[in-house]
Amino acid sequence: MSFISYLINGISLGSVYAIIALGYTMVYGIAKMLNFAHGDIIMVGSYVIFCLMSGTGMSPLVSVILSIVCCTALGITVEAIAYRPLRGAASPLAVLITAIGVSYFLQNTALLIFGANTKQFTSVIKMEPIQLFSGQVTVTGETLVTIVCCLIIMIVLLTFINKTKAGQAMLAVSEDQGAAKLMGINVNGTISLTFAIGSGLAAIAGMLLCSSYPSLTPYTGSMPGIKAFVAAVFGGIGSIPGAFVGGIILGIIEIMSKAYISSQLSDAIVFMVLIIVLLVKPTGLMGKKIQEKV
Amino acid sequence: MKKLLSAVLATALIVSMLSGCAGASADTAATQSNASDTSAVSSDSSDQASTGAATFKIGGIGPITGGAAVYGLAVMNAAQIAIDEINAAGGINGYQVEYNFQDDELDNEKSVNAYNTLKDWGMQILMGTVTSGCCVAVASETAKDNMFQITPSGSAVDCIANPNVFQVCFTDPNQGIAAADYIADNGVASKVAVIYDSSDVYSSGIYAKFAEEATAKGLEIVSAEAFTADNKTDFSVQLQKAQENGAELVFLPIYYTEASLILSQADKMGYATKFFGCDGLDGILGVENFDASLAEGVMLLTPFAADATDDATKAFVAEYNKRFGENPNQFAADAYDAVYTIKAILEAGNVDPSMSVSDICEKCKSGMTSVSIDGLTGLGMTWSADGAVNKAPKAMEIKGGEYKLIQ
Repeated sequence: MSFISYLINGISLGSVYAIIALGYTMVYGIAKMLNFAHGDIIMVGSYVIFCLMSGTGMSPLVSVILSIVCCTALGITVEAIAYRPLRGAASPLAVLITAIGVSYFLQNTALLIFGANTKQFTSVIKMEPIQLFSGQVTVTGETLVTIVCCLIIMIVLLTFINKTKAGQAMLAVSEDQGAAKLMGINVNGTISLTFAIGSGLAAIAGMLLCSSYPSLTPYTGSMPGIKAFVAAVFGGIGSIPGAFVGGIILGIIEIMSKAYISSQLSDAIVFMVLIIVLLVKPTGLMGKKIQEKV
Repeated sequence: MKKLLSAVLATALIVSMLSGCAGASADTAATQSNASDTSAVSSDSSDQASTGAATFKIGGIGPITGGAAVYGLAVMNAAQIAIDEINAAGGINGYQVEYNFQDDELDNEKSVNAYNTLKDWGMQILMGTVTSGCCVAVASETAKDNMFQITPSGSAVDCIANPNVFQVCFTDPNQGIAAADYIADNGVASKVAVIYDSSDVYSSGIYAKFAEEATAKGLEIVSAEAFTADNKTDFSVQLQKAQENGAELVFLPIYYTEASLILSQADKMGYATKFFGCDGLDGILGVENFDASLAEGVMLLTPFAADATDDATKAFVAEYNKRFGENPNQFAADAYDAVYTIKAILEAGNVDPSMSVSDICEKCKSGMTSVSIDGLTGLGMTWSADGAVNKAPKAMEIKGGEYKLIQ
């Protein structure tokens, strides 16, 4: 029975990683850059919800929608100011370092505005936990909502990318920016759209992360962000179903190693598994192997 | 246009980077103006005596931003109250006291940087640092300089490894032992689970001694689960193990940020049990928007109670409330006591500011072992040469959103 309970805890933690990983993998898949500021956009989104709900007493739904709007605007701005000018830079490292800079910038700005004190986030999900096996196993409302959100987002993203014109443009940009441009695709616009969607997802991820783990600080997004990045790599970075599967598996491995091996070594075990997976399958669990044409 | 935008962003980035050390940059000017002063103090004291403008310079270091900011701010504010009171009453040995507090963001390296900044400022005595990890890092620097250091709240044993460092708070082993004794002697529980932070000296130090003492006192530790600094959002496994093993009490020798997560996760999984912590839990009610009902019944060992009725505590609590709009916590009281302890030993040793840092340190060291302080955190506090304090802890319980002394 405790195994089932650990499994559910693992899925619950994994679903939070998965929803963050979806944003990571989306941006990487299209723009081919690691947006290390993703975790901090999550933090900004959470603060927006926190301020609207506890400051002005707005309803959770309105707060979440406003937070999505804010994060989308933030994502587009960050891309336009910090990433776009560097897209042609000789080294791909330049934009990576900028992303780390943006990440610190957002953290320190939040520190200035909101201060360092921990804030307790009120869960936006008002759902009673479900008791299974006469109360021995509890599934919280947050877990259910997170998993459902993950699945919906995944399906919508896949449909969007495969069925719409804008989605097809994204695919084209991800394969070859130069060729896409020659075909008349607005590369900058497409990448902006990618960031807009990725950052909107970050707001949803922030809402779910903070509902499950309700302490909010300017550093809230950074560690889950890194774990979710690992999950995205694990599942095959760039692959949307891969991010979901990677996140869930990562959560389960983490909780299981905490429960059965050692609560201190869980991170080491998670990263060891990542190394093994990458040794065996360098593109991740569900990543596509792209052959370089000569 | 693009260039302009990136220039604006770059400027903003630099500003944000600097904001972390705003205190430091503001002090640069002070450092320069004091540079001549400082050298005069250490090399030639004769022309100092005639000016009469000499002051004692006491520095403080602690996190006033970051995850442990509640502690740093409490120490900074309370020490300011104590120093203002001392200055208003004529200073120490007739000399006014200058006070300078630097942020370390709970980061060892930044703490050492803060120490160097304060040294440039001309600090003679260090009242800090606030947290154990940073304190250990800074203590090795003060030992090199032979600067007298008194930490209000750095509770690890390693903090006082050097003869020039003294503690106002209990050492971690003492907290662990006191907690185990309290639980056993008052029959609070017999089966105990522990959740501790293995990446933190404070937490693992308390846990190690708690485990020893608990076994000696016949308490059964049914589960002892750790977490680390990089893995402190999900506590479901640790809580579930405690629940499955039938723990009647969960001992939390950790800081309040993680504790608030543990309390809310325990509540979500429907696990109602007793929680017992040490001074790190002090401050949990200060978490913004915190649902105080989660902490109802949480017990903690701490040497200071804001609702105590003695005159000194009442006056201090009133003053703190007046200035900062909240009740002081234990860290504030420790800092207040630390400053008055410094005053007492400087007076006992008849120290004046023209003495060198090292001479002041020697005077203070010999003063510490003979002094007895009636402070907010204990009556008749005395120190042994190893730097540990001797005072009695008090048990508190959170009731109706307030820390209440258990009589």
